[in-house]
Amino acid sequence: MTADKPRGNRGRWLALLCLLPFAVFFIAFQIAPLVWVAVHSLSVGDSWGLGNYEKIFSSKFYLQAIKHSLQIAFWSSLFGIVIAVLGSYSLRQVDSKLRDFVMAFSNMTSNFAGVPLAFAFIIILGFNGALTLLLIKIGLIESFNLYSKNGLIVLYTYFQIPLGVLLLYPAFDALREDWRESAALLGAGTWDFWRHIGLPVLTPALLGTFVILLANALGAYATVYALTTGNFNVLPIRIAAMVAGDISLNPDMASALAMVLVGLMVVITAAHQWLLKRSYHVAR
Amino acid sequence: MSLAENKPAALYHRVVVWLLFLILLLPLAGTLLYSLSTSWSASILPSGLTFKWYVALWSDPRFLAAFAQSLLVCFAALLLSVLLILPLLFVVHYHFPKLDGLMNILILLPFAVPPVVSSVGLLQVYGSGPLAMVGTPWILIGCYFTVALPFMYRAITNNLQAINLRDLMDAAQLLGASTWQAAFLVVLPNLRKGLMVSLFLSFSFLFGEFVFANLLVGTRYETLQVYLNNMKNSSGHFNSALVISYFFFVLIFTWAANRLNKDRP
Repeated sequence: MTADKPRGNRGRWLALLCLLPFAVFFIAFQIAPLVWVAVHSLSVGDSWGLGNYEKIFSSKFYLQAIKHSLQIAFWSSLFGIVIAVLGSYSLRQVDSKLRDFVMAFSNMTSNFAGVPLAFAFIIILGFNGALTLLLIKIGLIESFNLYSKNGLIVLYTYFQIPLGVLLLYPAFDALREDWRESAALLGAGTWDFWRHIGLPVLTPALLGTFVILLANALGAYATVYALTTGNFNVLPIRIAAMVAGDISLNPDMASALAMVLVGLMVVITAAHQWLLKRSYHVAR
Repeated sequence: MSLAENKPAALYHRVVVWLLFLILLLPLAGTLLYSLSTSWSASILPSGLTFKWYVALWSDPRFLAAFAQSLLVCFAALLLSVLLILPLLFVVHYHFPKLDGLMNILILLPFAVPPVVSSVGLLQVYGSGPLAMVGTPWILIGCYFTVALPFMYRAITNNLQAINLRDLMDAAQLLGASTWQAAFLVVLPNLRKGLMVSLFLSFSFLFGEFVFANLLVGTRYETLQVYLNNMKNSSGHFNSALVISYFFFVLIFTWAANRLNKDRP
């Protein structure tokens, strides 16, 4: 294919001009705020330095926020991905009518997040929630506090599931049904198949999905804000409280915390890109 | 096939799929029931059913205003996104295919930088001065463009690759069309489906956006999500009716996107 036919300089300049409006808006609403945050995270009072970061990593309060964020993100991603793996594998094995219906429903619930989700969970799993009462009555649990770390992990897991299914369902394409049959012919049991063929083939996709779920949970703000009115100590809540709260406005400190969050995200995104590159591709 | 022979396995997969469905359904079903019940506290099932919460909701002028404002902001943001992203896609894929690599990195930014981080900068940059937009819907429209960008870029790129842009353009030009004519009359109609799907999906996503709306604008131009959050101290039944009405609306849009996606050749 001829990639660069001579099309005249005028055409190319016009084409570049068409990119200008996009560039202006992208810089104004994506790049500029980020640059402001990066620069001001280094501003301490009237001077510049790493003071804000030093404060974060020596403050129990901020470290607790980071720890909570990581714990909730990790466990909700883990539970989410386990349910999504089991679900999407089974989805491929049932008749197409049921599959299409549940897939469509799952895609719809992926938009059920944030404030409405927090409300729904208060209704079913709050102190007087129907499910809480039911579970207490049949003796499975003694009490359940939705507004605690464990409660948030349950809530986050819920919004990780549809995303996990959406991302993992296509990954099972890599696993061809005839391999299973070949393995069975050679004497491999179900466990052997998964241990030596299934899981190794799926590993890159699983890790990639896990990484996206982690990022999804780390940056989540709306759900936890709506649920606890900003009283639960996680990174996004801390950041927002310092720019939009009523008590202690401190945009510089908020910037430093925001950069910590971005740093975590960058590590995660880089890991994802790296996994994507070395992921297993089925030869077509 | 081995599927039919293996009865216990088939049953297992059906059970798993139904369980998945039930888990996903539970919060919605609970909210729906709550929104229809007269009162429901400290018991497993409600005491009676009614539509009064929906009537109360849909006759609340503040709700209707928030609903209309949400729609307005979302539509404006989608229009802006289309106007900015379509030319970009065309130019990148037709004139500078190498830029696609750069774009694929740039569209990661809205993912890697959570809205709460952007908000810190946005509040300061546009809080005062010549570009003071904080507290107005304008800043939301700009932010929502960045939110919709990755979805639209990916969806339309896939569509563009499927239609073989270069051959289509060459064919149109051989038949005497100018670059503009070829782009508008030949390429654009072929992108209609990818565009519609990404618009529906972006809409349902933007309609549920809360972080930017709450931090940058809040009650000064109340959108549906902010209204929902501000109503949290009112009756739970009322809120449930609000959640269900919201979800029903999103459902229509995702369903439409799904349908469009399925008809795809």
